[in-house]
Amino acid sequence: MIKWSAKRGFTAMMIAALFLIGMALPACAAGPAQKNLILATTTSTQDSGLLDVLIPVFEKRTGYFVKTIAVGSGQAMAMGQKGEADVLLVHSPDAEKKFVAEGSGVNRMIVMHNDFIVVGPPADPAAIKGAKSTVEAFKKIAAAGSLFLSRGDNSGTHAKEKGIWKAAGINPEGQKWYQETGLGMGQTLNVAAEKKGYTLADRGTWLSLQAKLGLPILKEGDPILLNVYHVIAVNPAKWPKVNADGAKAFSDFMLSAETQGIVKTFGVEKYGGPLFFPDAGKPEYD
Amino acid sequence: MDLILEGIQKAFFLIFTLDAEVLGITLLSLKVSGTATLISLFIGISVGTAVALSRFPGRQLVVSLINTGMGLPPVVVGLFVTIFLWRNGPLGFLEILYTPTAIILAQAVIATPIVTGITLASIQHLPANLRLQILALGATRVQMVWLLVKEARLPLFAAVMAGFGGVISEVGASIMVGGNIKGYSRVLTTATVMETGRGNFDIAIALSIILLLLSFFINAILTQIQQRERPR
Repeated sequence: MIKWSAKRGFTAMMIAALFLIGMALPACAAGPAQKNLILATTTSTQDSGLLDVLIPVFEKRTGYFVKTIAVGSGQAMAMGQKGEADVLLVHSPDAEKKFVAEGSGVNRMIVMHNDFIVVGPPADPAAIKGAKSTVEAFKKIAAAGSLFLSRGDNSGTHAKEKGIWKAAGINPEGQKWYQETGLGMGQTLNVAAEKKGYTLADRGTWLSLQAKLGLPILKEGDPILLNVYHVIAVNPAKWPKVNADGAKAFSDFMLSAETQGIVKTFGVEKYGGPLFFPDAGKPEYD
Repeated sequence: MDLILEGIQKAFFLIFTLDAEVLGITLLSLKVSGTATLISLFIGISVGTAVALSRFPGRQLVVSLINTGMGLPPVVVGLFVTIFLWRNGPLGFLEILYTPTAIILAQAVIATPIVTGITLASIQHLPANLRLQILALGATRVQMVWLLVKEARLPLFAAVMAGFGGVISEVGASIMVGGNIKGYSRVLTTATVMETGRGNFDIAIALSIILLLLSFFINAILTQIQQRERPR
């Protein structure tokens, strides 16, 4: 009797297996594909929670289903270059201009900005708090040989950081005090907090994490630290499979007065100040 | 320490209040990894048995490949599945990248060699005379294979558990091919990575605990079935 039930268990499992596979197959076919819109974006827009607020509004209004792939700006543009994304929301202006110039993207529009900040351990071993500029602060970090955590992932933040090192005339790569995490902004901030290192962060992600970090802002308000987000449609002329209508709808949505209003107030209640500042229709900063 | 306690509290809070999002993520994890395991069982048991019972030139190489495949790194699978499923890739016409189906596919690729390898070893471990005896009693070839598989069911259940354990806990491939899309392709492991990145450690711990509980219950059920009969 016992033996029989064990055998029956095995057979029942096999039948259940067949059944489940049968169930899974129609699920694969469901969902009209042209309704899908792939948004390749930065980790900061996801980690700050902004997209969790905006995407449902967009989906409800337009009927598109948005697949948000949160990677660094560099990877987002690499996806765009291969036609594997429909629309980008990124913050790496120099790389973006190149992306548009080479014909990978069209209709690059300014959406919003916030700023980058230099954060570090409260003790500030490199004494960057008194530095006159961000470039000088970076020089001080290098001179003191204090630990600096770099994103190291070709993200917009990483591109900005490399630009500042270049302006300081320092090549930090390979230095003992310079470590690349290869992670998103949130995770890199956690690493910096844990290892008591300096890092460059976007204010939005820092604000949403700061209560747990213990990494105060040591340098801010420098024009070089401006962080601008653009929306770019992937060029449908180059990649016919791209959902151009969806990309257009998303761009229009991001620039609409209502969305800009949401951006303006996002995070105010929770963090006591806005995380992003709406910029639609304004001239470019550079 | 407080953080861990908070996490545990949060886990039970999320479970008992049946938080819709967490429930959805948990069910999706179960569905995706369960389906992937079942697919891997069909392929793995068939291929494993076939290889175990046959002799052909290059068999050693095939067995070595299967055994290597048992340690296939999920990120490698994730990378290749992504490249194949790209719109402009060889399987782009399927349009399944960044869907739960893509995760099932990647996880099935990860679990299949595990199931195949264990099946191969367990069938081959059966006494050689058993085969002759079954055939001598007048069984057809199909009946013989079926009897052997049933005879090896104890280690085969271990294969199920190893395969399922491998894929439910896997994050690299799931995040690459699934995209961690909220309410759609977000599973327990990818959600844990994201919440950690967001600094929501309590939720991350809660998700981990749910994952562990889920793994435990699945394995407890499988063990229950496996151990009903004492091994001879």
